[in-house]
Amino acid sequence: MTDPHLEAALARKLRDHGPLLLPRRGLLVLSASALAAPVLPARALAQAAPPAPPQNPGAQSAVIDVDHARTDPIPIAIPDFGGGSELARGLAQVITGDLGNCGLFKPLNPASFIAGASPDQVPDFKAWAASGAQALVTGSVSGSGNSVRVEFRLWDILPGQQIQGTAYTTTAANWRRIGHIIADAVYERLLGEKGYFDTRIAYVARTGRRGHEMTRLAIMDQDGQNNKFLTNGNWLVLTPRFHPTRDEIAFMSYAGNRPRVYTFDLNTSRQAILGDFHGITLSPRFSPDGNSIIMAETRGGGSDIVVVPLATGAGRRLTDSGAIDVSPCYSPDGTQIVFNSDRDGDQQLFVMNADGSNVRRISYGKGRYATPVWSPRGDLIAYTRLGEGGFAIGVMHPDGSAERILSEGFDVEGPTFCPNGRVIMFWRSSAANREGVYSSRLVSIDITAFNERVVDTPTNASDPAWSPLAA
Amino acid sequence: MKYRILGAFAAVSLLAACAHQAPPTTASTGTGAAAAPAGVVPGSEQDLVQNVGDRVFYAFNKSKLSDTSQATLEKQSAWLAKYPQVQVQIAGNCDDRGTEEYNIALGQRRANAARDYLVAKGVSSSRISTISYGKDRPTAMGDNEEAWAQNRNAITSVK
Repeated sequence: MTDPHLEAALARKLRDHGPLLLPRRGLLVLSASALAAPVLPARALAQAAPPAPPQNPGAQSAVIDVDHARTDPIPIAIPDFGGGSELARGLAQVITGDLGNCGLFKPLNPASFIAGASPDQVPDFKAWAASGAQALVTGSVSGSGNSVRVEFRLWDILPGQQIQGTAYTTTAANWRRIGHIIADAVYERLLGEKGYFDTRIAYVARTGRRGHEMTRLAIMDQDGQNNKFLTNGNWLVLTPRFHPTRDEIAFMSYAGNRPRVYTFDLNTSRQAILGDFHGITLSPRFSPDGNSIIMAETRGGGSDIVVVPLATGAGRRLTDSGAIDVSPCYSPDGTQIVFNSDRDGDQQLFVMNADGSNVRRISYGKGRYATPVWSPRGDLIAYTRLGEGGFAIGVMHPDGSAERILSEGFDVEGPTFCPNGRVIMFWRSSAANREGVYSSRLVSIDITAFNERVVDTPTNASDPAWSPLAA
Repeated sequence: MKYRILGAFAAVSLLAACAHQAPPTTASTGTGAAAAPAGVVPGSEQDLVQNVGDRVFYAFNKSKLSDTSQATLEKQSAWLAKYPQVQVQIAGNCDDRGTEEYNIALGQRRANAARDYLVAKGVSSSRISTISYGKDRPTAMGDNEEAWAQNRNAITSVK
């Protein structure tokens, strides 16, 4: 860093606000501070607006309405961060990957860059505009080991202004997370809603042939990196689901040949069985306040929806149809529950009040319906539809209207929403051959049914669950 | 809440429904099985598989016991009466033409249907445990009607 004005501004910011701690993922200690815009040279000053969000997003700005982004991804330049280190190059790659994969941005090929990007100088806006960029991300990396400092700035090329400047201090081991946080900041500033890149996916890793598979709980960053196996594969495990705020998941394990719902503490790897139930307990999800788990318990020839306060482990039955009632999921405000039931003969979707009252069926399309999950925005329910020819992933409004199919296949199943409700992940399995060999991949797709992408996993994978955003 | 810390489980193999492969209409349902081959211990798992029939099959998305299934369960109840010390587990299974979570409940419904039949025939319910693997432990490989028919089952095994 060479600019004395910038140094002074940073020191002032840090003094005023102090380091901001983001408590999540156990050991991560990360601080962020705002960066003032670099002092503009005289030429730029004449046309520069104050470094604030543009007031009137439109053709002159990179800031767009996200619903129009499908046909018009934002061209964005993300040159390597300054500092020349591996990390400086890696950060640009993480940000490029996140923004490019989401389908709403078009990261430009670095070979097309005309201008250089010095992190502490005002960019040559004309040169970047000539490269086709509407937005530009610049940054620098300094320090190493336990104290890495990453600065980034987001520039709106056409009006020629800094939209955001932030410095992060963390350990080198967290460098990918910084990249995701920066990508989220770019997403939010340019699209006007929170991003979802600083998130993780819990899923079931599958190894071996159908019928003889080893299953392990696994967790990875949403871009498929930092994959980690959480269980040893001795027992069948299914349906991991994230706690809304804590580093914890609920899942189903066949440990001891006794299939039950468990919780798993991601910091300590401690597993605990949930309550003491006579039947099989399955399909858990946390309530939005994180204080209870809603799930199903088999009883007789069916299963009931049961809510279990974590403090007591004592279940309270919400349905008693005698049919199979499974796969419950709360609305984000906690007032409603959508679930799957065959009480009308085959699997359909039903919504009821959180106390079990006012049950009404919402699915009336062709085929059977399963695995409903409520969007974090509240406006959609995603599901699996089972038809004659195969399965499909779809969305509908909570009243059952406006059904749309997003993807189809031999077996596509188990949608999960990213935190802003914009993208769904599910799994796609092929038919098994006579040796039981098949493939099962995690797939993401925008809720407008474009940009379907496979998420890389080291093994076959199923049962994805998208984590909430960091607090 | 009753918490139990897990994590040091021995690598006991699952009682998976995969040890015996047979089409629904033949050998393992017990019809016409050969006289006890040498080496089969009476009252053993092998005895059950070879001389009685260890499994019954279901129609798509159903748990109703067919006449054939009832005949197999009759034999199982007689065999269990003959060996009163034997404890069994009935595992319900589904083909993969349904969703994972629902199929766990459907498999349990199938296991219960078989258990209830045995209990009605005089087998003490305390001798029978049930479990469901949903669609996660198919017996027959391949994804076709024939394999699916085999995978919609309830399999009785000696505990």
